[in-house]
Order: sequence, then structure tokens, then C-alpha cells
Amino acid sequence: MKGNEAMAESAIRAGCRFFFGYPITPQTEVSAYMSKVMPKIGGLFLQAESEVAAINMVYGASSAGARVMTSSSSPGISLKSEGVSYLCGSDLPAVFANVERGGPGLGSIQPSQSDYYQATRGLGHGDFHVLVYAPSTVQETADLIYMAFDKADEYRMPAMLLTDGMIGQMMEPVVLPDPIEKLPEKPWATNGTGMKRVHNISNSLYLDAQKLEDIVVNREKRYDKIRATEQKYEAYRTEDAEIVVVAFGASARISRNAVDAAREEGIKAGLFRPISLWPFPNDALLEIAKSARTFLSVEMNMGQMVDDIRLAIHDTRDVNFFGHTGGVIPQSSEVLACIQKLEAGEHVHMVPFHSRYTGGDQ
Amino acid sequence: MSTIEMTLAGFGGQGLLFAGKMMAYAGLIDGKEVSWMPSYGPEMRGGTASCSVVVSDTAIGSPIVTEPDVLIAMNRPSFLKFIDAVKPGGTVIIDSTMVEDRPERTDINFFAVPATDIAEENGLKGLANVILVSKLNKELGIVSDESLKAAVPKCVSLRHQDMLEYNKQALEIGAQQ
Repeated sequence: MKGNEAMAESAIRAGCRFFFGYPITPQTEVSAYMSKVMPKIGGLFLQAESEVAAINMVYGASSAGARVMTSSSSPGISLKSEGVSYLCGSDLPAVFANVERGGPGLGSIQPSQSDYYQATRGLGHGDFHVLVYAPSTVQETADLIYMAFDKADEYRMPAMLLTDGMIGQMMEPVVLPDPIEKLPEKPWATNGTGMKRVHNISNSLYLDAQKLEDIVVNREKRYDKIRATEQKYEAYRTEDAEIVVVAFGASARISRNAVDAAREEGIKAGLFRPISLWPFPNDALLEIAKSARTFLSVEMNMGQMVDDIRLAIHDTRDVNFFGHTGGVIPQSSEVLACIQKLEAGEHVHMVPFHSRYTGGDQ
Repeated sequence: MSTIEMTLAGFGGQGLLFAGKMMAYAGLIDGKEVSWMPSYGPEMRGGTASCSVVVSDTAIGSPIVTEPDVLIAMNRPSFLKFIDAVKPGGTVIIDSTMVEDRPERTDINFFAVPATDIAEENGLKGLANVILVSKLNKELGIVSDESLKAAVPKCVSLRHQDMLEYNKQALEIGAQQ
């Protein structure tokens, strides 16, 4: 199955019955799959008139207690970000996917990871976060979107699948999860009182500053719990690793081959793969920094994750960077060459901007 | 074999993406790691289409093939675009009905199969792609013959199930080239 199709089918198995979409490459297969299947199972597929309309329809369906989803690619996610902020402000669960392409602007339609900052830092205005999951295989795409619906409901907040044109377009074998049997209760949903309870309100407007502060601070406590309990990662050959490559999603699968090749040359390399990008797996990475000598971030952008790695390890080690952007895919041979340089005691700053981060030779 | 990386390229409509899927499915049936990745872009009908297929004994990193072990080219633009990228010692198969050029390189195994003509002569119009895949597997044995046959019903869509037999015939003819 294609990554995008596996995502759509798995979402349906997770109980998603409403999909509001707007076509954009390289995400369109998600919408196409939903349009085929949803009418057959009593669900709703609707192609909205714009991305902004789609995300506001998500808001409506979520308010009514449904499991709902939308998906897009980078420029479309920018348009949807206003609605994401409103979802967060109203404590509404929803799942959305960003099948990233090159940016900024209309950019390219080839695979990219250059929306990392947007996903983990600034997906709209206000004090808020969304859960961000980054699959590196088609299988993981299916597994993570399924889980995202549960987590979104559990924490009453949006969860995002941050994938890219490579993972979305490629076909790999996949075992799909079983259809969910029981959905969680949503006593807060605005789905009719039946004259039996006080009516619920879905709202993000608080004109009383003190009241808004209380609500935002309370929400932050929920975020703290998530930071403490929801960090997800995979550590590969890191036990005795001196050089630790940090990569997520598509660039992680490329880096994994480079780590294996380096090991065959006797270089003690390992791969740390964040699966949740927010919350970032700080604790495990800090632990690894105790035994590692140096880090190499490999990304399909200009080094946006470097900040998070530095924060996680409290700047106790150098964080080098190698990447491609704009839709260019890094090769595992290039990553291996970087590992070899680090083994030889050199620094790797593919992008001059990052030279100031190393405190090294610049 | 540890890893075989393939590029299949031609005009949109010649069935290269389908042919690639057959190889990937056959590899899957053989218990290998497989990936299939289309080139996607602002293409138009009659433009070029290509896909990358990887069949491996180990986990696959990038599914995008830039230096293929195998190239199947079904039109001239594809042949010219990818011929220099093929790894030394690699295998190149062309549909010589469509491509008159021949490689200048001598460090590759080269096969010219007039697949489109052969398909037409045998009443299998549109199945030159399958003939070429079968030829490829005969030369390199990337997957087992049984698995390649078993992959056909997995790849042919439900509304084209009447084409199953033709596909199997094309596989047999391809293996005789």
C-alpha cells in the first residue's frame, strides 16, 4: 500500500467517520481514498471549497464529538493553521496530516521536512502545542495515525502526523490495525442536551484576561503531563555509540543504512530517531549524551531540529548538521561520509549558518 | 543478492508503474524487503513516467533509486535520461520497438527486446511491460518465477480481472526472449 492510502485506511479503522479535504500534491491519495471508502461505510467525505473551510468543518465535527480528520501538504497546512489554533483554544481533539513538500511559499512538490519548526513551534497563534508524530515507514504511518486518534481524544487536543512526499507516495508492505470497537465517551460534546443536562459550549474567546490566563495555565499543566509521559523514540545501535545520528521520518531510514555501513567499518555509530517531535524525546537523548561523543542531525531541511537536540542534551556535546532541502533527498553515502569525518575528529557543518552552534572551530 | 535497485521508465500509459509493482509484490511473496516509489511531478499524458523499486534482504533506506542496478526503458527520453546513471555491471533492458538508440557504455549488460512488437504479434497489446519484466527476471532471477506469477492477481485491479490470463501469457513469452 502507498503510505497515504495506509494512513487513510488506518484512520477509518480508528473510527474516523468524517474527512474534510482539499487536494494538494503529494497528499491527494489520502483524500482520494477517503472519497472512495467513506460513503460505503456511512461516513462523510467532503471536498471543501478551501483549506480554511476544511479545518473549520473539522472544528464543527469535533465539537459534536466525532472522530474527524483532514490532511494537506505544507502550503495547505499554513492555511489550516488558523483553525488549528481555534481547535486548541477550544480543547477539541482532531487529527490532521501534513505530507510535507518543499517550501517556503508554493515551494516544490518533492519530499521535504522543512515544516519542523511550524509543526513543533508555531502552528498558529497563541500558547499551545499539538502532538506531532513522524513515521518513517508505511507501517508506522498506519500505526501512528491510529494512535493519534486515541491520544487526541485522551488529551482533548489536535494530533498531527508529520510525514512527507516520500513516505506518502512509496509502497511498502503493511499490516493494518484491527478496527476499533469502542470509542471514548465525550461528555463535553455539543451534540444535543436531550433536555437532560446543561448545554455544552465550544469556545475559544475569553474577554476576561484573568480567566484566559487560568485556562491557558491549566492547559499548560496538561502539556507538562504529556511532556513527561508521551515521549516516543527509537534508539538503534546507540548502546556503545560514540557518534549518534539524530533523524526522523524519511531521513531516519536513510541514516539507518549509513549507520550500518559505518559499523561495518568499525565506527561506533548509532541512530536516535524521535517518533514524537512534540513532545521531543528529551530524556532519552540526554541519557545517550552521557556516553556519546558527538551528534549529527540529518534532516531534509536547513537544520530545524538542531535546536531541539541542543536543548535536550543541554549543549553538552557538539551538534553537527547535514541535510538537503527543497525536495532533494539525502543519500546514505553522503551521511556515511559525514560520519567518517566525525570519526576523524572533524566537524560537519553542511550549512554555514550552523557553524555558530558548535562552539568549535569557527 | 543483498539489494537490487531498479528504475523502470517510459511513457505514461505503457504500464511501467504496474510492472514495478509486480516486481515489488513478487519480492514480498518471496519474503524480501521491498519498496516501490513513483516519480511524481507535473507530468502530463504521454509524458515520461518512472518508478523506483528496491528488493532487498535487509531494511530499505531510501526508496528513491538514483544509481540503479537495473534499468528498463520503454521510450527514448527515458533511455537517454537514465542510461548514464546505471551502476557499472548493471543491467539495461530496452523496448527496442520504441528505442532505436544503443548504449555507448560497455560496462553494462544490455538487452534489446522488441517488446511492443512481440506483444502485438501475440494479441497482447499493452503488455510489453510484463514481457520486459519477465525477461529481466529470467536474466537476473531477482524473484522466483512462482512469485512473479503469483504477483499478477495481486497487481491487476478488480475491474481488470479478465486480463489475468493475458498477463500470464505475457510472462511466459517474456521468459522466452
